[in-house]
Amino acid sequence: MSDLETPDQEIPARKMPARKIPDVSSSIDLTTSLGSLQLQAPTATASGCAAAGRELAQFGDVRTLGAVVTKSIMKNPRSGRPTPRMAETPSGMLNSIGLQGPGIEAFLEKDLSWLTENGVTTIVSIAGNNVDEFGELANRLKDVPGIAALEVNISCPNVESRGQVFACNPFSAASVIETVRREWTSSAPILAKLSPDVTDIVEIAQSVVEAGVDGVSMINTLLGMVIDLDRMKPMLGGRTGGLSGPAIRPVAVRAVYQVHAALPQLPILGMGGIRTGHDALEFIAAGASAVSIGTVVFGDPGAPWRIADELGAELAKRGFTKLTDAIGAAHER
Amino acid sequence: MSNAKQIKSRIISIEPSGSYLHLVLEAPEVANYVEPGHFVAIAVGGVGSGMLLRRAFSIHRATADKSIEVIFAAHGQGTQWLAEQKAGTQLDIIAPLGKPFALPRQPVGCVLVAGGYGAAPMMMLAQQLKQLGCSVEVVLGAATEDKLFGVLESKAIADVVTVTTDDGSSGVRGRVTDVLPDAIKRVSAKAVYACGPMPMLKAVAQVSKELAAYSQCAVEEAMACGIGVCMTCVLPVIGDDGVTRMVRSCVEGPVFRGDRVRWDDVDTIPADTFGAPTGGGH
Repeated sequence: MSDLETPDQEIPARKMPARKIPDVSSSIDLTTSLGSLQLQAPTATASGCAAAGRELAQFGDVRTLGAVVTKSIMKNPRSGRPTPRMAETPSGMLNSIGLQGPGIEAFLEKDLSWLTENGVTTIVSIAGNNVDEFGELANRLKDVPGIAALEVNISCPNVESRGQVFACNPFSAASVIETVRREWTSSAPILAKLSPDVTDIVEIAQSVVEAGVDGVSMINTLLGMVIDLDRMKPMLGGRTGGLSGPAIRPVAVRAVYQVHAALPQLPILGMGGIRTGHDALEFIAAGASAVSIGTVVFGDPGAPWRIADELGAELAKRGFTKLTDAIGAAHER
Repeated sequence: MSNAKQIKSRIISIEPSGSYLHLVLEAPEVANYVEPGHFVAIAVGGVGSGMLLRRAFSIHRATADKSIEVIFAAHGQGTQWLAEQKAGTQLDIIAPLGKPFALPRQPVGCVLVAGGYGAAPMMMLAQQLKQLGCSVEVVLGAATEDKLFGVLESKAIADVVTVTTDDGSSGVRGRVTDVLPDAIKRVSAKAVYACGPMPMLKAVAQVSKELAAYSQCAVEEAMACGIGVCMTCVLPVIGDDGVTRMVRSCVEGPVFRGDRVRWDDVDTIPADTFGAPTGGGH
């Protein structure tokens, strides 16, 4: 009998045939940028929704994505929260994974090395229990080759203490970013991932800009709860969880629109329930320079590629020849 | 590692089978790669559905170059939608997923234990074990007779089939684990294969261990993605190095060695788990 294989089994990338790009969008320039980072495609994965990219390689060529944004990595290995960790909700889901991960050293050895060897544009997401841990992670990663950008997850709702949701307070948000900025001597951009669970997201965006970010990723999940009436208890092991999926898309589009209106020069990686190219174009028009595809990947692992194609078609339909011309198009000029 | 593909798959037929539904899907692209214990993830609700997550089903049977089959119960909104679909409808499926049952290297005695429609993957497994020269006993249990699945088919394949029902409406009154020790002894089983609800798997793992047989248990954990990216379907499993980790039942499973799963600790993070919180929780 075979033994249980090692828990982190190796998943080889399958060689895929060259993708066919629909004629309608073949003339559309979908390249874009986030600050100094040039992206060959407008769709990235979203942190926590594609692990470290390897599993998705069964469904498409991850090298052709705008970027793989890795699941937030912490300094130490982390088991995450007890199950149940998921509840399906109307047009969305609630999760309480709790940042399960192998810790930074195993991540570098097993995950980032795979991404780098395969030439994947990689945005590494980091999360810390406190300000110092964010600094230590930035320091550990600053000289590691193959990191296209750093996404600083200051907004994960699945933590025991709400005090750790740094993005809910402009001072703690800025304090994390200042520390990361100080340690991060690499020229790759720093993005701050923001939470929609705030009174004024523009205030938070302004505080992280002053602290030195090159761009923002928005939005993270919204804090939610489902009650299991059979057990008369919260459904999730972690009691509360993060709500994601198309249900939160209008909240995300609003947040992107508000921040772009206040800070038009600030590069925005937009995300929150994007399911189609039409959805993606809403984010671009609201002011995002590129988009991340998150929860929809759970049901449709080919979505990041499909949505890029559809976005090209949506732009073409509206007379755009370049994606960058559509950024912020919904704002009055 | 499975060789999963996301494909459009036409429903060849969908028919009642006892209390369950028997779904046959045209899937020539994947049928040849299916092994017993693999599962298929089916998108439900149609285009633009408010149900974002696929439903996962263990594969009942695969016919080379042609089709895969699934047995399911319509007990939720997603499976209800699936039950209402007709032959000819196209579904979006991903298969084969997961790690299948490990087969013995030599012909040995084997007992296959299943609860309810957990029997779905067992006929394919029994067939393969017979082809390897194993002696095969099957134990099928359910709450009531109408919840049994695969009794006739199993009788055509296995050497002995024992049926149990909680109410005695068919076979022996009681649980599968009441008759399992005798079945293991009769064939001097070295391997016990199980699929069904978690309490049953826990009991099967325990009985097997006591009788020095390896158990291979296919677990049912709630999944979101089925492909290993979301970390929803984890349970505490002891690795070869003796360390407990929260591992994904969709990729590292759904089949686990019964003696490696910490059945009593499912839905918790045992304190000695790799990366467990050192106080206060995550």
